[in-house]
Amino acid sequence: MSPLLSVRNLRVDFPTRSGMFEAVRGVGFDLGRERLGVVGESGSGKTMAGRAILGLVRPPGKVTAERMELGGESILNLPESRMRRLRGSRISMVMQDPKFSLNPVMTVGRQIMEGYRLHTGESRAAARDKALEMLRAVQIRDPERVFDAYPHEVSGGMGQRIMIAMMLAPDPEILIADEPTSALDVSVRNEVLRILDRLVGARGMGLIFISHDLNLVAQFCDRVLIMYAGRVVEELPARDLHAARHPYTQGLLNSLPRLDRPVERLAVLRRQQGWRDAPPEGAA
Amino acid sequence: MVQPDMTGQPGRGTPPPAGGVPSARAARLRRRARSLGGLVLSLALTLLGLLLVTFVIGRVMPIDPVLKVVGERATQAQYEAARIAMGLDKPLWQQFLLYMGEVLRGDFGRSISTGHPVAQDLRRVFPATVELASLGTLIGVCVGVPLGVVAAARRGGWIDQIARVVALVGYSMPIFWLGLMGLLLFYGILGWVGGPGRQGIIYDGMVPTVTGLILVDSLIAGDWAAFRDAFSHIVLPASLLGYFSLAYISRMTRSFMLEQLSAEYVVTARVKGLSERRVIWGHAFRNILVPLITVIALSFGSLLEGSVLTEIVFSWPGIGQYITKALLAGDMNAVLGGTVVVGTCFVALNLLSDILYRLLDPRAK
Repeated sequence: MSPLLSVRNLRVDFPTRSGMFEAVRGVGFDLGRERLGVVGESGSGKTMAGRAILGLVRPPGKVTAERMELGGESILNLPESRMRRLRGSRISMVMQDPKFSLNPVMTVGRQIMEGYRLHTGESRAAARDKALEMLRAVQIRDPERVFDAYPHEVSGGMGQRIMIAMMLAPDPEILIADEPTSALDVSVRNEVLRILDRLVGARGMGLIFISHDLNLVAQFCDRVLIMYAGRVVEELPARDLHAARHPYTQGLLNSLPRLDRPVERLAVLRRQQGWRDAPPEGAA
Repeated sequence: MVQPDMTGQPGRGTPPPAGGVPSARAARLRRRARSLGGLVLSLALTLLGLLLVTFVIGRVMPIDPVLKVVGERATQAQYEAARIAMGLDKPLWQQFLLYMGEVLRGDFGRSISTGHPVAQDLRRVFPATVELASLGTLIGVCVGVPLGVVAAARRGGWIDQIARVVALVGYSMPIFWLGLMGLLLFYGILGWVGGPGRQGIIYDGMVPTVTGLILVDSLIAGDWAAFRDAFSHIVLPASLLGYFSLAYISRMTRSFMLEQLSAEYVVTARVKGLSERRVIWGHAFRNILVPLITVIALSFGSLLEGSVLTEIVFSWPGIGQYITKALLAGDMNAVLGGTVVVGTCFVALNLLSDILYRLLDPRAK
């Protein structure tokens, strides 16, 4: 079975005054109908990789790759008009903080209907029904009221659920979730994750789950990519995360406090220059 | 008086009444209506402050109003009689109350230089300025806003560079020079537009005054020739004022848009697959409407009082020219009357933009 998304040697470069800044330096992976976790510290290029797949790197940023295929078709350097037709309808994205990622002057309902109508060409009434259905699917109790509400009138957890409803309404095959729970209270985090998991699972979608939270990814995902300095340093099944071999992954794991194995002092991650250039563990 | 409830204002609307789904829309409307009451109160206070300031200025000016009335050669008895007749012997607070009462009745006293009641003069000159400033602002908005939006969307592109130069020239050119050059070229050499003044001589006083705006009045009268004549006279000064407000409005629009275009919800809109035009006009632009309205209102207000040079160059019988002449003649009644009118307009513009805020920004309390 061919993967939903296949990426080889993806690079994102930004020209700066002091030369080229390489945000992503040769990332490759295949995504099937699974939950793929992408973990790394801030600045490791995980967000940029996600935006490059969506064709959202704005000039002067430059995206190159050996291969970037969606369902077997190359989406590398597609003209903007064709990329636009894929965005939202086949690949979508949920971002970090619903406070900023929802348009403050548009009602929730209009924002959900907008993308859906664009890709399906449905009537207003049908789009309204779909929006209400999606709001119910993300377990919003009073969808009629929320439909007419503005983003500032809903809570953060609700905002993120609205975001999920909005992005899943046109039925994409792939969802990139870029730190979808980092801005939420711990109490609503699990609820949002559960909803996300259920919807993505039921639709047989591929999910790219970007996060810096190792434990979360270990619990939630099937497979994990560890990124460091713009490249993938290790790739392994999520349940084997604690048996990671790369020193960076081990270092990250060791710097987390554990209830079952208390230590006097937590280890501090010491980065080594060699990690930047070494090929990924599995590939060697 | 309903007090606007600022303290217990949660972000999710008013608490729902028992046994019924609260309509978010109705709750929002109620909230807005309530805060509007507070707004009107604060405006009344502002107007009171304006009157107080003009009153005090009128009293501290080293100009003897009595002398202006009775003349240099009046006897002491005549002088005293006039002083009492004008109420200047009363305590200051009583004078202020009297002044306020007169102003509220629309009585600003008599102008020394024109010999007419100031209110009557203002009814003549103020519409001339309003007409000019409105058309100027209209031009400024219609050109400046799209220019600013496009400049922000194509940041660093050639449109952005052109917009920058256009605005820079608009800021830095002296308006009287541009006005004179415009008159020389378009009136003197090309003959495309009418000369100074609001109307050609043959049309002067031909159109019955309804609003005082000649463009509107000639339309009401159905007099197309008078309309064309008035338009040919206003088009050049209005374009000049429009250019200046365009320079300001386009720069402000550009910076508001740049701020919005880097916001996360713009990325969301792009993720949805919306066209760039829809991202810019449907999402980002809607978010700048509120600050933009303030900028436009302020720019309109400054054209109401600040277009003295334009009015002088084009012999435009407007309020800027009227106040300036009155000031030079020491005609304080006219100066204060004009100031009160312009100040009231500023306050009214603020009120208008506040009301528009409330209509356009769902977050406004």
